[in-house]
Amino acid sequence: MILTEQDLTALFVTLKLASVSTLVLLVVGTPLAWWLSKSQWRFKYLIEAIIALPLILPPTVLGFYLLVSIGPNGPIGGLVDALGGAPLAFTFTGLVIGSVFYSMPFVVQPLQNAFSSIGQRPLEVAATLRASPMDRFFTIAVPMAKPGFITASVLGFAHTLGEFGVVLMIGGNIPGSTQVVSIAIYDHVEALEYGQAHWLAGSLLALSFLMLIVVYGANRRYTVAQP
Amino acid sequence: MSIEVRFGIKRGEFSLTIDTEIPEHGVTAIFGASGSGKTTLLRAIAGLEAPENGFLKVGGVVWQDTNTFLPTHERKIGYVFQEPSLFQHLNVQDNINYGMARSKRDNTERSLDEAISLLGIEHLLKRMPSQLSGGEQQRVAIVRALVTDPSMLLLDEPLAALGDEQKAEILPYLESVYQQLDIPVLYVSHSRNEVARLADHILLLDKGTITAYGKVTDIFTSLDLPLAHQAHAETIIDTTVISYDAEFGLATLKFSGGQFVVASNPLESQTNVRLQILARDVSVTLEHQKDTSILNIFPVTIDHLVKESSSQMTLRLLAGKTPLLARVTCRSAQSLNLKIGDMVYAQVKTVALLR
Repeated sequence: MILTEQDLTALFVTLKLASVSTLVLLVVGTPLAWWLSKSQWRFKYLIEAIIALPLILPPTVLGFYLLVSIGPNGPIGGLVDALGGAPLAFTFTGLVIGSVFYSMPFVVQPLQNAFSSIGQRPLEVAATLRASPMDRFFTIAVPMAKPGFITASVLGFAHTLGEFGVVLMIGGNIPGSTQVVSIAIYDHVEALEYGQAHWLAGSLLALSFLMLIVVYGANRRYTVAQP
Repeated sequence: MSIEVRFGIKRGEFSLTIDTEIPEHGVTAIFGASGSGKTTLLRAIAGLEAPENGFLKVGGVVWQDTNTFLPTHERKIGYVFQEPSLFQHLNVQDNINYGMARSKRDNTERSLDEAISLLGIEHLLKRMPSQLSGGEQQRVAIVRALVTDPSMLLLDEPLAALGDEQKAEILPYLESVYQQLDIPVLYVSHSRNEVARLADHILLLDKGTITAYGKVTDIFTSLDLPLAHQAHAETIIDTTVISYDAEFGLATLKFSGGQFVVASNPLESQTNVRLQILARDVSVTLEHQKDTSILNIFPVTIDHLVKESSSQMTLRLLAGKTPLLARVTCRSAQSLNLKIGDMVYAQVKTVALLR
């Protein structure tokens, strides 16, 4: 037995969702992690707690609130509607928004740790060498936090790949648009199509494993080259 | 032209109050025990600390006052930190280029080559920082600071994190850097040896306040200050070579109070040489001794004397206008009946060449 066209589409949607979400997370999470690693604000821990919420919250709870807020009467949905955008619920964009919240801690925390471990000194040195704050961030902080970026990307990607509850709540199960592999597998099992479920699950397993091998291999070379 | 510094800094229990002017030329050592505020002062000058009350004017330009705070990256400084702090993700060449590329300047190539050969790091340029020893890393860090064309060089105990061997390796490089530069150098240190070798002026810091400020030669020999009372009290004398006797390997050195004859390697005439004489290597006699092996004997006046303990006494002697410390026993002082204003002879047993 081989993968059906619908299974392949689900695989494609899953990879696309994980890639786009990881990209968005890096763009949003990097400045956030930088701010968290530098800020002396006394209520910083509130932000940290909010970011960490998806770690302990059942995905269905997160999904439910997201569904409500991106619905036409919710704050995000209402805003999009007022700006003339299309509704987000049960769309790919809605899934990306959900994944970004869901995987946020897996990207922000490694980045925050990486930035913190650089310490103040290299940045002070760069300042005495005439580098402006922005310059210091891109030429010192980012390259020195490279292992953190690799970890953050892998975790963000992998965590989105395994997403189930949130997707089910806000994306529904529309083949070709919001049906991801984890849900397709669930459907196969529900329909007692164990063979199909095996093929799909196996593909995802192989793919994830391959990806992790490549990334950790690269990470190891990087660490060995810079003891 | 000079550097005007006025800072008031409070950090919990610690407070630093500075109000002084530092000369535009030469090496000024900021000297004091740990916790006296040396590093804080240097960081405040670099803009790495923001004092609550501060005024800083360098060569006519205000870097800080009530309304102005020039951020560190806009201050024309070279800063060398205590521990080697090269960027670990860049090789030596790129570390040096980092600051050079960001500072606007002329004749870059020439001074780059000069700095690289001055610190002897030609063979290290392609290496990563992790492949260098601590001493080598500090030499690179000094080059990196020099080639940004600073109008002031700040060094925060650049040798403190190094072992004795590496210190000995790097000191000659620092000496030649200082001799070549015509910008002020502020050198934080708690090692009197380094200060004796490298500094022209000393700013003595204790618990966040300046207790003395002046020429190294004066501060080391002032009986009102703690340095002259330490067990290893010493006199620093700057001299000029007038001749060298190759047969006996002796150099004749001139200073304002006379001439020293010192065993040394061959020295060029007219070179400047700094001498170090420990107070305990100087004795006094009432008559000029003729039948002695001691080469350096000067007529001196007793300028000041202070009892250190029941047995020991420190004398401040003047050879011409040059002060010289002597450590004698109280019994000798009593039997010779030494008093301020007496004319005696100082016998200097051992003289060390510092540079």
